[in-house]
Amino acid sequence: MRLELSAEDAAFREEMRTFFTTQVPQEIRDAVASRRELSKDDIVRSQRILNAAGLAVPGWTVEWGGRDWTPLQRHIWHEEMQRACVPIPLAFNASMVGPVIATFGSQEQKERFLPPTANLDIWWSQGFSEPDAGSDLASLRTTAVRQGDEWVVNGQKTWTTLGQHGDWIFCLVRTDPDAPKKQQGISFLLVDMTSPGVTVRPIQLIDGGHEVNEVWFEDVRVPAANLVGEENKGWDYAKFLLGNERVGVAPVGQTKRVLAQAKEWARAGGVLDDPLVAAQFADLENDLLALELTALRVVAHSADGKPHPASSVLKLKGTVLQQAVSELVVDIAGPASLASGATADESDVDDWARVATPAYLNLRKASIYGGSNEVQRQIIARTILGL
Amino acid sequence: MNFEYDDEQEALRDSVKALLGKAYGDFEQRRKAVDADPGFDDSTWRRLAELGVLGLPFAEESGGMGAGPVEVSLVAEEVGRVLAPEPFLATVVLAGGLVEAAGSDEQKAAVLGPLAEGESVVAFAHLEPGGRWSPTATAVTATSSGDGWALDGVKEPVPHGARADVLVVSAALPSGGTGLFLVDPAGTERSGYAVHDGSRAARVTFSGTAATPLGDGGDATATIATALDRTRIAACHQALGAMSFQLGATTSYLTSRKQFGVTLNTFQALTFRAADMYVSLELARSLTLWATLVSIAGSPEEIADAAARASLQVSKASRHIGQEAIQLHGGIGMTAEYAVGHYTSHLTALEHWLGDGRFHLSTLASCIGDHDEVDPIP
Ligand SMILES: Cc1cc2nc3c(=O)[nH]c(=O)nc-3n(C[C@H](O)[C@H](O)[C@H](O)COP(=O)(O)OP(=O)(O)OC[C@H]3O[C@@H](n4cnc5c(N)ncnc54)[C@H](O)[C@@H]3O)c2cc1C
Repeated sequence: MRLELSAEDAAFREEMRTFFTTQVPQEIRDAVASRRELSKDDIVRSQRILNAAGLAVPGWTVEWGGRDWTPLQRHIWHEEMQRACVPIPLAFNASMVGPVIATFGSQEQKERFLPPTANLDIWWSQGFSEPDAGSDLASLRTTAVRQGDEWVVNGQKTWTTLGQHGDWIFCLVRTDPDAPKKQQGISFLLVDMTSPGVTVRPIQLIDGGHEVNEVWFEDVRVPAANLVGEENKGWDYAKFLLGNERVGVAPVGQTKRVLAQAKEWARAGGVLDDPLVAAQFADLENDLLALELTALRVVAHSADGKPHPASSVLKLKGTVLQQAVSELVVDIAGPASLASGATADESDVDDWARVATPAYLNLRKASIYGGSNEVQRQIIARTILGL
Repeated sequence: MNFEYDDEQEALRDSVKALLGKAYGDFEQRRKAVDADPGFDDSTWRRLAELGVLGLPFAEESGGMGAGPVEVSLVAEEVGRVLAPEPFLATVVLAGGLVEAAGSDEQKAAVLGPLAEGESVVAFAHLEPGGRWSPTATAVTATSSGDGWALDGVKEPVPHGARADVLVVSAALPSGGTGLFLVDPAGTERSGYAVHDGSRAARVTFSGTAATPLGDGGDATATIATALDRTRIAACHQALGAMSFQLGATTSYLTSRKQFGVTLNTFQALTFRAADMYVSLELARSLTLWATLVSIAGSPEEIADAAARASLQVSKASRHIGQEAIQLHGGIGMTAEYAVGHYTSHLTALEHWLGDGRFHLSTLASCIGDHDEVDPIP
């Protein structure tokens, strides 16, 4: 047992730190630091810089741009990126559809999709959830019916994050309505969002922003070659994908950074002297430390490729802490948080204080998506505790 | 001891509930009202005036109804239940309350009469950029020049400051202390904007702006503190109305939303969470009702203590209930089209306008050694 990084890992960390803080444009990193919404262009630009340096999709197989890193190195990469306020590569591409195609796709699909997916030339959307299929995802009703060498898709997906930017959408569709178990009749299909019959409609969220959409499919014709893996095996691929999604959504580094910034804001506003505020900071820092160390135990251990059981703690606690930090930021902003709808010219209130409450409200989503925290507890109870 | 409302109070509640239910029972109507400036519906405002609600706490000589904190609390609760955007708390309870407490007879008649009739919106310009929830002013200063007063500095955020016809302004006095002034907003520069919960606020800039001392002038810090405390207690009731709505919406969603082939109330993991929301709500209700009763005849110190205690409890409850209401709804709770998330947004705004839970906890902690036990009964 030993706490220090090996000389090799320490050098690796230095290399990452240097890259992220010198190669990604300052204005993009500033936007992340001030919790402003990034434009599509910012996200694309940043991912392309990472990709050019082989840093966008290290988790993929080496053949397709992945890196032969240890789990600890991948963790260091992820943390340093967040610490430097570099936008994380688009999850739909880098940690969802990419690994699925790389693992289960045909050679032709890999060649066609993986390079532009890594480089964000294709922006992917995730078409899993439906109005009546949320936590109970397997009850989804969007159908794909085979006609010649095409699939004809009908139905509705919802909560499609950034679907307004989407070029392609990976969908779970029902291909066998008569399967004995509903999980068995589902396939994983790649759909070009410019196809006739695809309609994207915005959903406004409580923070006033537009980040999710409904996506409707009306007799959308999809080449048979766009089905990933085997027909009716889509549920297995989805489980594989969700496993990756859950590990990716514990943004420890980002939460630590916001908490550190919040301390500066609190100091400048004179509220850090309040012992109750200071105590809340200390409490959150300690919880985050425990979470980070749990993440480190997980990555340091999972050398045999199997996820450490404690990894399910990460999403559950990671989102709770992310939300708690955003709540503290609202408290530090205090009455200034009411200036949320003002532009910079209309208000003397600092940027960070104006976005404090919208960010807090927006982050309520973190415990709902990617497997709600109730679902996470179920995983812990069932698969770890055997209950 | 009696925590029940009398018949007259129930009748007031019924008529306010009917009026606001008609206006905003359909949440889409509320969304429409907050979408356009001034962020509320003028005709609803007028109907509230006709009902006597806008003059409720003012003496009859000032054009009011002479009602007390219990009546005010009933209205606030109904406002909260439907998230009515009309500025009852900001205008009637707080700004009007200050004029009633500190104004001369002429000022009361001139300001409160039109307010009660729905002809004029009054706002209290008190919060300052970078400031917190103190009853004093520092960023806006008052100077006397010959026979008049002038104000300089910036107030922000001023709830409903852009729409206001009359401003009550707090300002640092040359002799020390904080004075209260009446200001014609025409002499100020105002930029108004929407708050995340759909209400409105503004930055108001004073530059040599003419101002009339409210009442006999002088240090009004204590008056401001008590007006804020009374508003806090009323705000607790507004929050109770909002939280009751959220609990009701959540329980009905749990009994109708189906996943895994069954309604969500099949899962005890969720029904127990709703039960905990109920516990939070009822504890908050008890402290809030108590604070209201204390405020009828209590001393300023007693009112301050009761306001802090109720606000602390309501802060805890509103965060708990506001967060759980969204969580138990899943994705739908996050949408602008659905009401529940707006209630969370409003509860957050309400708390940060008047003082968050930690602020009240600090106040209470600072005098923890002053007493052995807390006894609710005088
Ligand atoms: C901002 C946002 C972005 C999203 N982005 C995407 C996206 O890009 N693509 C996509 O496909 N989906 C996306 N989602 C959808 C997300 O995955 C679903 O919202 C989630 O699966 C929950 O489903 P639901 O909203 O239908 O809630 P429901 O499943 O109806 O759940 C309601 C509540 O009940 C709880 N619950 C349900 N079943 C049980 C049970 N058996 N035991 C205990 N508790 C239970 C849930 O945890 C929740 O608290 C997004 C959601 C949000 C809010």
